[in-house]
Amino acid sequence: MATQETAAHEEYYVPEKSGMAVSATIGLVMSIFGAANVLNDMTFGEPGAESNSWTILIAGLFWFIGTLFVWFRSTIRENLAGMNSGQLKKSYVLGMFWFIFSEVMFFFAFFGALFYVRVLVGPWLAGEGEAGAMNHLLWGGFEFNWPMMQTPQEAVGGVAGQAIANNGEFTSPGTSMAFSEVSHWYHWLPLWNTIILLSSSVTVHIAHLGLLKGDRKQFNLWLGITVTLAIIFLYIQYVEYYEAYAHFGLTLNSGIYGSTFFMLTGFHGFHVAMGMTMLLIQLIRSLRHGHFTSDDHFGFEASSWYWHFVDVVWVGLFLFVYIL
Amino acid sequence: MGDHHHGPAKGLSRWLFATNHKDIGTMYLWFSFAMFLVGGAFAMIIRAELFQPGMQLIRPEFFNQMTTMHGLIMVFGAIMPAFVGLANWMIPMMIGAPDMALPRMNNWSFWILPPAFLLLLATMFMPGGGPAFGWTFYAPLSTTYAPPSVTFFIFGVHILGLSSIMGSINIVATVMNLRAPGMTYMKMPLFVWTWFITAYLLIAVMPVLAGAVTMMLMDIHFGTSFFSAAGGGDPVLFQHVFWFFGHPEVYIIILPAFGVVSQIIPAFARKPLFGYDSMVYATASIAFLSFIVWAHHMYTVGMPIAGELFFMYATMLIAVPTGVKVFNWITTMWRGAMTFETPMLFCIGFVVLFTIGGFTGLMLSIAPSDFQYHDSYFVVAHFHYVMVAGAVFSMTAAVYYWLPKWCGKMYNETMGKTHFWISFIGFNVTFFPQHFVGLAGMPRRIPDYALQFADFNMISSIGAFIYGASQLLFLYNVIATIVGGKPVSDEKVWEGAEGLEWTVPTPAPFHTFATPPQVR
Repeated sequence: MATQETAAHEEYYVPEKSGMAVSATIGLVMSIFGAANVLNDMTFGEPGAESNSWTILIAGLFWFIGTLFVWFRSTIRENLAGMNSGQLKKSYVLGMFWFIFSEVMFFFAFFGALFYVRVLVGPWLAGEGEAGAMNHLLWGGFEFNWPMMQTPQEAVGGVAGQAIANNGEFTSPGTSMAFSEVSHWYHWLPLWNTIILLSSSVTVHIAHLGLLKGDRKQFNLWLGITVTLAIIFLYIQYVEYYEAYAHFGLTLNSGIYGSTFFMLTGFHGFHVAMGMTMLLIQLIRSLRHGHFTSDDHFGFEASSWYWHFVDVVWVGLFLFVYIL
Repeated sequence: MGDHHHGPAKGLSRWLFATNHKDIGTMYLWFSFAMFLVGGAFAMIIRAELFQPGMQLIRPEFFNQMTTMHGLIMVFGAIMPAFVGLANWMIPMMIGAPDMALPRMNNWSFWILPPAFLLLLATMFMPGGGPAFGWTFYAPLSTTYAPPSVTFFIFGVHILGLSSIMGSINIVATVMNLRAPGMTYMKMPLFVWTWFITAYLLIAVMPVLAGAVTMMLMDIHFGTSFFSAAGGGDPVLFQHVFWFFGHPEVYIIILPAFGVVSQIIPAFARKPLFGYDSMVYATASIAFLSFIVWAHHMYTVGMPIAGELFFMYATMLIAVPTGVKVFNWITTMWRGAMTFETPMLFCIGFVVLFTIGGFTGLMLSIAPSDFQYHDSYFVVAHFHYVMVAGAVFSMTAAVYYWLPKWCGKMYNETMGKTHFWISFIGFNVTFFPQHFVGLAGMPRRIPDYALQFADFNMISSIGAFIYGASQLLFLYNVIATIVGGKPVSDEKVWEGAEGLEWTVPTPAPFHTFATPPQVR
C-alpha cells in the first residue's frame, strides 16, 4: 500500500490545456445576461415590447449544459482510461464534500431569515417590546401568528391605509400549508413527500450496497426506484404549488409566509430536480455503458451524497415550514 | 499520460486554456491589479469632488455610483482576486505539490471573473445608471428604490460568489490532499495556514451572500416581502444576512495578509517566526469569532439590548487573537539581524498601520460610543487602515518579495523604497485626517459637506492623489523588472528566506515538484 501511495504521488496527472472553462464561461454569461434581461423586461419594460432576451437565455443555457456534458464526459473517459491516480480521486471526493457544505450554507441563509422573522420581526411588528413601540402608528391592529394569515398591510386596510411608503401589494393567504388546515391526515401532501423522500434515501443506499457486492441487477433496480420516487416527489410538489395558487390563495405575494414558504420549498425542489438528474445520469451510465465497479464509482457516490443532503434539508423544511 | 515536462503553450491559448497554477495565478494577479486601477480611478473622482465643499465636478447620483463601485471593485475585484492569485502561485510551491488539486476548475474560477466585472461596470451605462446604494447594498435602497440595472448587479454577485467558492474548494482540496510527504499540518508555512482557514470562511459565507442577493431579486421581480415590513418582512433582515457574510468577508480579506506578513518578517529579521503554533490558533480563533460578531455593523438599527451587549463583547474578544499576532510579529523582529528591503518596509508599515486600524476597530466595537461614530468618516478611516494599509500593503509586499522568484529578475530597490515611502506618506495624509472629520460629525457617502470640514478634506484629497500616483510607480517598477530587470539565478533570492518555494530554480520553472520533495 505504501509503495502504491508513493507511486500515486509521482504520477500526478496535470491535465493538458482545456477549452472547457472558457466555453462554460461563455454559456454562463449568456445565460445570466439573458435572464437579467428577461426579468427586467418583465418588471421594468413596456408590455408587449419586442425582445430577444428569452432567445439569449435559452441559447446560453443550451451552451452551458452542453459544455458541462462534454466536460463531465471527458472526466469520465479519463477515469476509465486509468488516468486518475488515487490522489486525484481523493481530490474529487474533497471537492464534492465541500461543495455540499456550501449548499448547506445557502439553505442556512433562508432558514435564518425564516427564524429571524418568526422569532423577532413578527412580534415586533405586532407591537411587542421596545422595538414594537411604533406599532400603533404603523401597523395598528396587526397581530402576529404563524403562519401569518394576515399581512401588516392588510391589517391597516391595504396600501391606502399604510403610513409608510408603498413598496408593493402583499395579499394575505387564504389557507396555509400547515397540518391543521387539512381534514384528513392522508390529504396532507407534505407528509407523503416526507415518506417518499426518506424512503428514497434508503433505496439509494440499497443500490449502493448492491454495487459494493458487485450485484449489478440490485444496483440498477434500486437506483431506478430511487429516481422514480424522486419524480413522484417532484410531481406532488407541483400539485401542492398548483393547489396553493389555484385554491389556497397562497402565492409569492402572500407576505413573508408566502415568501419563505415558496423560496425554501422552491429551492429545495430545484435541488431535488438536480439530484434526480444526477442519479438518472448514473443510472443511464450503468444501464447503457456498464460503468461503475465495486471499488470505483465516484460519480454514483457523489450523486448519492447529494441525494442524502437534499433529504436532510427536507427534514428541516418539514419541521420548520410545515409542522412547527 | 505522456510527457510531464511540456512547457507552456504558445500564444493566447496558453492563457485561455490554462491549467497551470502559475499561469492562472499570474492572470489573477494582473486582473486584480487592473481592477485596483479602475477602483482607484473611482476613488480619485470621489476625492476630486470632495477637494472643496460644494458641488464641483459631478452630480450627486454619479457620486453615489462612484462610492458604490469603488467599494465593490476594490473588495471583490482587487483584493480578493489578488490573494487568490497569490494562493495559486504560492500554495503548491509552499507545500511541495505539482499543481492545484483541480486545475480545470481553477481555470474556470478565474475566467468567470472578467465578464462578471464587465457586466458590473456596464451597469453604469444602463438606463437609470449603475448601483448607487453603497457597496453594502442595503434594502430598500437596493430593492424598492434601485435602478433596473440592479438585476445585472445581482447576477454579477452570483458569479463572483461561484468563482470564490470554486477557488476555495480547490485550495482546501490542495492543502488537504497534496502536501508533500512529511509536510504535516503544523509544518505548513503560515501563508498556507491562513489561506486554508480563509477558504473555509469563503465556502461558508459566499452562499449566504448568494442567498441575500437572491432574496433581493425575488423582492424586486416576484413580489416577495423579505425586506418589506408591509408584508411582514424587515429591511433589517437584509442587514443581518448581509453582515453574516460581510463580517467573515473582512477576515477573508485580512487573513491571507496576515499570512504574507508572517512569511516576510522572519525572512528579513533572519529569525524563525515567533510563536508559530499560537499564530495558527490565533488565526483559527479569529475565523471562529468572525461568525458571531456580525451585528456590530448595525448597532444603531434598534436591536434589543441583549443583542447589543453580546455582539459588543464578542467583538472585543477578537482583539485578543489579533493582539497575539501583532506581538508575535514584533517579537520575531526583536533582536533579529534586520534589513529593510522593500517587502520588509511594507510589512513593518502593515504592522504599524494595521494596529492603528485595529484600535479604531476597538473604539467602534463599543456599542454606546458607536452611536456617535456610526456611518461617519471615522468608520471610513478605520476600514481603510485595515483594507489599504492592511490588505493592499501586504499584497504589495508579497509582490516585491516573490517577484524575483516568479520572473527571475530583481526589481529596482531604490524605486521600490520610493514607492513605499510615497505610499506610506500618501496613505496617512489621506486617511489620518478622516478620523478627525468623522469624530467631528462628517457623515460618509456624501458629495458635499459643511464648511468646517473643508481644510481636512483638502488635505485628504491631496494625500489620495499622492497615494494614487505612487501605484503607477509600482506598475512601472513591476513591468520594468519583467522586461529588463537584473537577472537573479540564486534559488534563494533573499538571504533569510525559508520554505520549499526557495528550493526550486529561479525563475520558477513551468512545472515544479513533479516528484514530491521529502520534508523533514
